[in-house]
Amino acid sequence: MEKAKSIPFYIGVGLIVFLLSVMVISIFYTPYDPNAMDSANRLAAPSMEHPFGTDNFGRDILSRIMEGSQTAFIIGVSSVTIGLIIGFLLGAIGGYFGGWIDEVISRFIDAMLAFPGILLAIMLIAVFSTGMMNTIIALGMMSIPSFARITRSSFIQYKEYDFVKASIAKGASSLRIIFQHILPNAISPILVAVALSFSGAVLSESGLSYLGLGVQPPDPSWGRMLKEAQAYIASAPWYVILTGLAITFLVLGFNLLADGLRDKQDKKA
Amino acid sequence: MRYFLYKLSSFITTIIIVSMMIFFVFQLLPGNPAQIILGIDADPNQVAQLEKQLGLDRSSAERYMDWVAGLLQGDLGESLRYQLPVSDILIERIPVTASLAILSIILTVVIGVPLGIFIAHSDGKRVSIFLNVLTQLGISIPSFWFGFILILAFSVTLQLFPTYGYVPWSEDFLGALRSFFLPSFAIAVGNIAIVIRYLRNTILDQSKMDYVRTARVKGLKEHSILYGHILRNSLIPVLTIMGLLVADTLGGSIIIENVFSLPGLGNLLIQSITSRDFPLVQSMVLYIAIIVLLINFIVDILYKVIDPRIRLKG
Repeated sequence: MEKAKSIPFYIGVGLIVFLLSVMVISIFYTPYDPNAMDSANRLAAPSMEHPFGTDNFGRDILSRIMEGSQTAFIIGVSSVTIGLIIGFLLGAIGGYFGGWIDEVISRFIDAMLAFPGILLAIMLIAVFSTGMMNTIIALGMMSIPSFARITRSSFIQYKEYDFVKASIAKGASSLRIIFQHILPNAISPILVAVALSFSGAVLSESGLSYLGLGVQPPDPSWGRMLKEAQAYIASAPWYVILTGLAITFLVLGFNLLADGLRDKQDKKA
Repeated sequence: MRYFLYKLSSFITTIIIVSMMIFFVFQLLPGNPAQIILGIDADPNQVAQLEKQLGLDRSSAERYMDWVAGLLQGDLGESLRYQLPVSDILIERIPVTASLAILSIILTVVIGVPLGIFIAHSDGKRVSIFLNVLTQLGISIPSFWFGFILILAFSVTLQLFPTYGYVPWSEDFLGALRSFFLPSFAIAVGNIAIVIRYLRNTILDQSKMDYVRTARVKGLKEHSILYGHILRNSLIPVLTIMGLLVADTLGGSIIIENVFSLPGLGNLLIQSITSRDFPLVQSMVLYIAIIVLLINFIVDILYKVIDPRIRLKG
């Protein structure tokens, strides 16, 4: 049972490792120049020369998907980092101190959760305009609530434990208690949230870029590739299918990882 | 009653905070908003006039109060592009998004709940791993891409459904249903997967409860234990995630409406951003957020009505 249950977890890790390797390779090598156009070879079906076919400008789709993985990972890592830092601090302060400050932070988080899907990111981008940097910031903001909530509930739980009470009695500073005593215990639910936020960020970025509100040229983006591919859905279905599969596999990898981490953590508890 | 008042007060407080957040973010527009809206080479007189229309000559606090006072009277401001009250524009768009959301929720429940129950039965090791990965796949697929795949399969190849466009319900009921089916299904897929996973987990948890053992000892048939006991207790938690699902559905429709060219709120939102119609964007974002909060509030109250054991902070 133990072993069987972790199969999805390993599938997830496998997908992530595979796509991460593709990303690293793409920094040094892609089969073709991702931006090289070849007007004689427009919308070519997958072949030995172009395993994933070519797009409406004759560009090699495999090379473009490989290059797009860089953007996906950059967006994922950066926005999760922003969300994690701000969300952790808000959750830790609220959960640890409680009282009015907790009330204020909780209301603020509730308010952020009222924006469904990518609406919060869309609003921020509407005001601050598009591009890689603003997409990262917007998606980072969007992931704050989940980190804040998870951190807050761990802190509320651990604050009552004897080892924390003992250090308070010994006169340890709040900062020391938060980072040295409670954080190590709260780490596993936070890791689950990291994996989930990563997949959420990749998914949201593809949606934003599809709408024309995310990453802009020359930065490559899977979502924007899909926007272009949509017009050729009947004549070049492989363009739509393969690009979407890249997004799906990366998101699936992190979702399976999160699920597996959660299972392990539940078993420990 | 105390529960109701508590929920009502937090509902109202959250709306106020949300409206302040939205207002604040739109205050951060870099530079002169009137200039941004009209473009760099706009006529200075026009810019001055727009500044006045936007109330830029008054303090932010005054403008916020004006906006809120307007909202309370159903006045959402005026769209710059359409030169029409925002509320008039929204009223035309709401039926499209509402149809999409309602159909999508119906599909989620009709497909997700029976599948979840069915799957809870089949607790084989291999089957459960397969289903686990499959439902995770459903959650991971970008809904707009799934929309493309549906178009490819059902419109391009099988020619069963129209690819794009919208038919109003009043014109042709079946035609409208056909034009909404694929986009609703594209939004529903992720939610169906969530319902299946959630229902399966709660059913498995409930099956381990003492009351189930008691029922079994009493000699009740498995079938009646499931439907009479377990399901009743499992569907209540599902109700709580319905609020979440409605929010997801509304969020999903922002993208999906643009995939299928449906003239709903999501479609309007993106158009307004592209044409820098900030008053319209600002009011629409608030409007959508209020719908989400309202639905969560209703779900909280319903939950309490169905299961009176729930207490404050319990």
